Amino acid sequence: MYSQGLIGADGRTEESPEFLEAFQRRIDAEEKIEPKDPMPAGYRRTLVRQIGQHAHSEIVGMLPEGNWITRAPTLKRKAALLAKVQDEGGHGLYLYAAAETLGVSREEMTEELLAGKAKYSSIFNYPTLSWADIGAIGWLVDGAAIMNQIPLCRCSYGPYSRAMIRICKEESFHQRQGYEIMLTLCRGTPEQKAMAQDALNRWWWPSLMMFGPHDKDSAHTEQSMKWKIKRFTNDQLRQKFIDATVPQAEFLGLTIPDPELRWNPDKNDGRGGYDHGPIDWDEFWRVVKGHGRMNRDRLAARRKAHDEGAWVREAALAHARKRKARAMAAE
Amino acid sequence: MTETPTPLWEVFIRPRNGLSHKHVGSVHAADAELALQAARDVYTRRGEGTSIWVVPSAAITASDPDAAAEFFEPTADKIYRHPTFYEIPEEVGHM
Amino acid sequence: MTDQLFDALIELADDNLVLGHRLSEWCGHAPMLEEDLALANLALDLVGTARALYSLAAEVEGKGRTEDDLAYLRVEREYRNLLLVERPNGDFGHTILRQFYFAAFMEPFWSAAAAGSSDARIRAIAAKAAKEMAYHLRHSGEWVVRLGDGTDESHRRMVAAVDALHHYTDELFVASPAAEAMAGAGVLPRREAMRAEWDRLVGQVLAEAGLTAPDVPWPQIGGREGLHGEELGHMLAEMQYLQRAYPGATW
Repeated sequence: MYSQGLIGADGRTEESPEFLEAFQRRIDAEEKIEPKDPMPAGYRRTLVRQIGQHAHSEIVGMLPEGNWITRAPTLKRKAALLAKVQDEGGHGLYLYAAAETLGVSREEMTEELLAGKAKYSSIFNYPTLSWADIGAIGWLVDGAAIMNQIPLCRCSYGPYSRAMIRICKEESFHQRQGYEIMLTLCRGTPEQKAMAQDALNRWWWPSLMMFGPHDKDSAHTEQSMKWKIKRFTNDQLRQKFIDATVPQAEFLGLTIPDPELRWNPDKNDGRGGYDHGPIDWDEFWRVVKGHGRMNRDRLAARRKAHDEGAWVREAALAHARKRKARAMAAE
Repeated sequence: MTETPTPLWEVFIRPRNGLSHKHVGSVHAADAELALQAARDVYTRRGEGTSIWVVPSAAITASDPDAAAEFFEPTADKIYRHPTFYEIPEEVGHM
Repeated sequence: MTDQLFDALIELADDNLVLGHRLSEWCGHAPMLEEDLALANLALDLVGTARALYSLAAEVEGKGRTEDDLAYLRVEREYRNLLLVERPNGDFGHTILRQFYFAAFMEPFWSAAAAGSSDARIRAIAAKAAKEMAYHLRHSGEWVVRLGDGTDESHRRMVAAVDALHHYTDELFVASPAAEAMAGAGVLPRREAMRAEWDRLVGQVLAEAGLTAPDVPWPQIGGREGLHGEELGHMLAEMQYLQRAYPGATW
């Protein structure tokens, strides 16, 4: 789960016009770019940054949902949630591997994350306060992520595109899992339904922010679109998400916390769509810059796991060295 | 300080018997046994395989994309290697 | 007979759920990403087996209770799990050694049940669990060797883990009256019959890891009578919180 919007990589590049044109011709012909192929430095930098952020988002994203694994209310929900959070870890792993094909190591990327230098999706800096948050995350956050990830399966960079195909296949159960939790709560007791509404109230706006700033404020979208790293703009995807989600909320009998939300038949070239109220970008930037409720806790949890695991990683390497030495001595 | 990197392994999985092993991704592991287990735990969670190979990434020798022209283009004009190059009258039947 | 089968199934189910729950606490916090996925796989196996055993127990009991009633609505004195599996995770070394001790018992136990139980439903559960336990044994055993042999620090931590956990292992071989009755009836294997294989597996791995099993003059025993350590109550309080806070709700 993750969405776009934070990339912010510098796509500037200094190759000759001939080199860039030849590269662009390959991109325009929908050829995939593979790890050792010649590529502009800006393309490589943008990808390293985007895939790294995507991977970090998966890993940090394990924490808010992981917060409820030990409190899942039934054994079925416990198994499903554990499998889902485990998937996020797997997706982080596939993505780190894709980034590693560009010459950056997982250790380097991890260090950047732990040092607070790398970004990850801000949605994970909000706390999960009730079981309904697990439903809301699956429904809204994974729903938003799918909007972004499906086009990424066609990304011009081969290893990223292949990782995304695998991820999308595996994630297909995530949103359904979340929506089913919401549905069960909404059909349950009044307390449960209130829990679901409260979760929607808290997760709706952060979910819309996941798509990133409005196109007019998004500096790097154009170059990324040209290189076919990105296929749709932030606003296009956000609109698609809103249009898909509003009827799902109605089916649940829940109210989207936006008094200005209304159907506009002229939107989307006359196909119709929802107008929505203003997004609080001050809040967005505050959280991106590290001042959300959970930013510090999330990084502290990742650092703790990393630090406390160091002796295990060292021991495995030491044993491998010893074993090799013993095998050589025996020859 | 960057910690000592744990080696990278490429993972190949046979989806089912009768098919070749196919590259699916990579894992980090200190040794071959841990790499094999990691590959199992990461890449076969949905019954994707019946056999796994792990190969140290450093052990792979790859062709150079800069040499792609000399490696792969000379075969393009050798059309006599393909069955459609030869004309056989239809009456002869399938061959 | 029905009561005793129910009791014997609950003991096994509780072992699996409590250990699965403990492993699930690692999710997102493991020493490396690959191991995070591995621990979750182990946890999912155990929770899966627990569900099958609770469902069978509920069916045997015939009072309309469900797997969730059995897991979420019994208090700590009613839980019948081994003390070993409720031990807090500690560091990764503790967790992996606890897993190894458990799997070294359960793999032969489920294999024997799969081959010889007089109850087809148990044979089916056991056949699946035996394969899972074979992998748990392999995975945890390989790690015990690496950690015991790895660095001075990892060795020291594994010595501490053995010291902390070994005196819970005798309980693996203790049969409650229900387990004894089921062994007599050929429904479940006799627990003490696993002793030789467990000693062999554990002896081999500890030796390879450069670790020594301590003498245990006073083994810790009591889980099968609901006489637990203090930690289990906290675990259940967390696990059962929603079911207790909203009685009768559907999730």
